[in-house]
Amino acid sequence: MSLMNIFHVAGSAVSAQSQRLNVVASNLANADTVAGPDGQAFRARQVTFATHLFGATGNAGVRVSTVSEDPTPGRRVHDPRHPGADAEGYVTFSNVNAVAEMVNMISASRSYQNNVEVMNTTRQMLTRTLQMGQ
Amino acid sequence: MLPRFSQVLDFQAQALLLRADRQRLIASNIANADTPGFQAREMDFAAALRAATAGAAPADGALRTHPAHITPTLNLAGERHLRWAAASQSSLDGNSVDMDRERASFADNAVRYEASLRFINGSVRTMLDAIRGQSQ
Repeated sequence: MSLMNIFHVAGSAVSAQSQRLNVVASNLANADTVAGPDGQAFRARQVTFATHLFGATGNAGVRVSTVSEDPTPGRRVHDPRHPGADAEGYVTFSNVNAVAEMVNMISASRSYQNNVEVMNTTRQMLTRTLQMGQ
Repeated sequence: MLPRFSQVLDFQAQALLLRADRQRLIASNIANADTPGFQAREMDFAAALRAATAGAAPADGALRTHPAHITPTLNLAGERHLRWAAASQSSLDGNSVDMDRERASFADNAVRYEASLRFINGSVRTMLDAIRGQSQ
């Protein structure tokens, strides 16, 4: 049944988008964390999507291929009275860009909604198909 | 009388199958709206339906002219009629899914699927009425 495969496709997309949303949430939660004693602050993470084929042609789902760390150095602020300051009086914050993360969040949530709508429409179509001839 | 009914039913059944496959195709495009490098696909529905109802003769695919030729296995009913969708606005990551167009196609295809279903239901009801006659 061809319509049943839509649930796999849309389901994989929903799962990938929710993982993206999860990463955004963890980035935003750590937006203001400072470097620990090792001098390493939190690094923002980004997911990369890749097409995942389910056998037959036309069944192109999505999966998260990699979760990569943003290599840019963290924000450094001069504040000698801060408990996390280093020997020179600088505090290293995480390199999370809050604006970019918010944009990413909205994009992920819209894509999530689109795929849920696809599943709802497909469910209706399947229900009508089951009622065929009655 | 009965062959005519079954012809109508067969035509609508073919249309229904192709509609379901097209729906799956569009769902794949929507699912991959954020995948870098994904190329959207679209079905030439009119050509696919014409080929499906005219018989099994391949319209523009490879013809088997020798018994040793391999028959291509087709997983999708209208697979021979798949086209690459052109992006109306190119994106930097090479993704060619146009979300507005895909959503419109998805809604349009769902309605047309429903229409095919109603045609089938109508034919079945007509046939049942003919079987029951005026006695009830």
